[in-house]
Amino acid sequence: MTRILPLLLVLLFALPAAAQDAFLDALPGLAGGFGTQAEAVERLGAGGDPRALPVLRALSESTLRKNGSTIILPDGKDAATGQPTDTAAAETIRINNRVRSALRGALGRLQLVSASADERLAAADSVFRSRSADNIAPLEAAIAREAVPLVKERQQLALAASRLVAADAAVKRQGIATLGEASSEDARALLLEARAANPDLTADIDKAVAAIDSRLAFKRAAETLFQGLSLGSVLLLAALGLAITFGVMGVINMAHGEFVMLGAYTTFVVQEACRGIPWLLPWSLPLSVPAAFLVAGLAGAALERGLIRHLYGRPLETLLMTFGVGMILQQAVRLAFGAQNREVLSPAWMQGILSLPGGINITQNRLWVIVFSLLVLGLTLAAIRLTRFGLEMRAVVQNRRTAATMGIRTGRVDALTFAFGSGLAGMAGVALSQIDNVSPNLGTGYIIDSFMVVVFGGVGSLIGTLVGAMGLGVLNKVIEPWAGAVLAKVAVLVIIMLFIQRRPRGLFALKGRAAEA
Amino acid sequence: MSATTAPTGTTRGIPARQLLRGAILIAILLLALLPLLNHLPADSAFRVSDFTVAVTGKWICYAVLALAIDLAWGYAGILSLGHGAFFALGGYAMGMHLMRLIGPRGVYGHPVLPDFMVFLGYRELPWYWLGFDHFPYAILMAMLVPGLLAFVVGYLSFRSRITGVYFSIITQAMTYALMLAFFRNDMGFGGNNGFTDFKELLGVPLNTQAARAGLFYAALALLAGSLVLCRHLVGTKLGRVLVAVRDAESRVRFLGYSVTAFKLTVFVLSAVLAGLAGALYVPLVGIINPGEFAPGNSIEAVIWVAVGGRGTLIGALLGAFSVNALKTWLTSVAPDLWLFVLGGLFVAVTVFLPRGLIGLFRRATK
Repeated sequence: MTRILPLLLVLLFALPAAAQDAFLDALPGLAGGFGTQAEAVERLGAGGDPRALPVLRALSESTLRKNGSTIILPDGKDAATGQPTDTAAAETIRINNRVRSALRGALGRLQLVSASADERLAAADSVFRSRSADNIAPLEAAIAREAVPLVKERQQLALAASRLVAADAAVKRQGIATLGEASSEDARALLLEARAANPDLTADIDKAVAAIDSRLAFKRAAETLFQGLSLGSVLLLAALGLAITFGVMGVINMAHGEFVMLGAYTTFVVQEACRGIPWLLPWSLPLSVPAAFLVAGLAGAALERGLIRHLYGRPLETLLMTFGVGMILQQAVRLAFGAQNREVLSPAWMQGILSLPGGINITQNRLWVIVFSLLVLGLTLAAIRLTRFGLEMRAVVQNRRTAATMGIRTGRVDALTFAFGSGLAGMAGVALSQIDNVSPNLGTGYIIDSFMVVVFGGVGSLIGTLVGAMGLGVLNKVIEPWAGAVLAKVAVLVIIMLFIQRRPRGLFALKGRAAEA
Repeated sequence: MSATTAPTGTTRGIPARQLLRGAILIAILLLALLPLLNHLPADSAFRVSDFTVAVTGKWICYAVLALAIDLAWGYAGILSLGHGAFFALGGYAMGMHLMRLIGPRGVYGHPVLPDFMVFLGYRELPWYWLGFDHFPYAILMAMLVPGLLAFVVGYLSFRSRITGVYFSIITQAMTYALMLAFFRNDMGFGGNNGFTDFKELLGVPLNTQAARAGLFYAALALLAGSLVLCRHLVGTKLGRVLVAVRDAESRVRFLGYSVTAFKLTVFVLSAVLAGLAGALYVPLVGIINPGEFAPGNSIEAVIWVAVGGRGTLIGALLGAFSVNALKTWLTSVAPDLWLFVLGGLFVAVTVFLPRGLIGLFRRATK
């Protein structure tokens, strides 16, 4: 609305006095015969007066009435003065086809200068489709006045489309050149249509179509890439914690997916808690990140100290045991929160679509998930490389006994490492609550994919996990258009299995002594 | 990894072993009586309901699956989390045969095509459905398809020395991928509805006492046959090598054995057994759908073996029967509790009872 107000003012002052007179002059013509009516409609349309729009619309809907030469709007007001008038003897104005066709053009032209930007946009699109050389002049006038960039862009496309059917070849070329700079399927279809009608312009049109095609191909590639990166970032988030617990510690935790689920439910709980405090509500999501980290981390620490500790060196048993723990967690959440999906809202600053140049559309919450996943990866790397805890963790992984003799409490490091990995899963849950259903079996869908990412990227390598996740995400989205979503998933699984044949230790295999452990 | 040794030694625990053997003999005899008791008049105290016969028959199929898993896991140390896939593939092979036997009696009354194909607009039978109107061919496929899949997955994995949890995850991904694939309508396997509404098998209508009894005895015969086969197998040199592979794979390799060949043999055999169990399971329960491929099913079957005691063939049977009896009882009494109990079983068995019920039994009788 704020954008339209100044425009309205400009329109009001810029409207020449003569045009207002033209409106009043032309109006009574509508009460005359069909010939007079058509002429009046033309004049009203050409005048570009905002008051003409409701009148013509009422006329096209057969709700305009007349009383002598007074034109009466459907609400009972005199169209010329805007005052209520006597409607007792009013009769409906009838029109014929000739008037109707005049109306269509006039309405389109009037809407081009409507006060509402949405209406102008719709008018530009309808003029784009109607394709008449008569629209060139009003479009040029509208473009000169237009202030909203999006509307202006569409109007220029409509102008180009109208020029395409002009009589003059030079004007046509102008239109072809403008359309060639667009990147829409509509423009392409329009040009191909014109190609059949204008054999002499084939070369120009072909050039323009080729330009559009290459731009469309680029757009498709960019969107596929983005979708792949988006999927990859989800996989990365889900797999990062696993890269710590499975990759670094060698503990296989099948309850990892349930820790992700716990994170998502923590997000829901934090959101509900924030409901009472309106100013806090938009920030419930950022607040959920540390909360989910803590909840899942504590659950992880409890699991490691309570159970996993007793099963070190027996990976198959650990796998089965943690699977059971996952089952219990899932059922507990199902009983506590119900089996149906819980709704986690997106804050306003995460919603909406971002339009990049070239017509590439990106949903903002997916963009945020990508940013968030990279942030989490950075934090994880920093925690391992730069902190005291990370140093102790690496020491214990490399040589447990030596680390213990150096005074590191290996049991405590184990618990902290596992809690850290589980906390990362919880943070993944916060992100997943934005793009997936928050339900008790949220985690099960990701667990197999996450293991694949870790194995594919190379056990024990965080960079491998990043490359693995992004690679699998993009690969999935590249295959999807040909094979469909399900077969793409199956194909990716098969590709991973074949890949492991060549490199059993993944993309980024650890070398040296650590690899033998 | 120090698990139980193969139960072929004769040095200790003889009374316990004889006790067990006797108990099993009695249990099998009692089982064999079930379909006969089904024929008693309805007011008899000993009458066994149709439901009980069908459910017990189902458990027997599960016991064969457990036996197959135990052979691979308990003896060769190959923990497959995808045995449900072999079971389901065998089931689908039998299901295809049963679908073909429906003939023109479907809802749409098409002379050749099953209902779902008519519904999905198929013009003719897909090539991979040909031959399934013959019973021997269907049984052959119920063995061949799981066996072949196990061969390919096993060969690719064992050759590149993918062992332990890595192999478990690969097999889990395998069954997950198959589940996704079978959920698709255009695979020609009925999509998410799978196959159901079967009419008859070998000329016998399926909803009769005779058919149930026949299937029950067939399953029991399969169980007895598999038990004898496995028992014999683990006593041979092959069995000894498998246990050695389980306990020290690299050492066996360095001694000159082809570990890949040994593991592959037992894995394929195990898959074939699972496929046969699935083939008998489908006519007993009257339906097969892609849900059978769910990774949860496979891992649940693994826990039967763990509960009973892996590395002992009897343990697999014991686990399959006891866990499934518990499941059937608990899901009718307190359905919400079942997943807690199942999850608790996973935890309790691995942490407190690594040798399962058999181990408990041995300790008590020592």
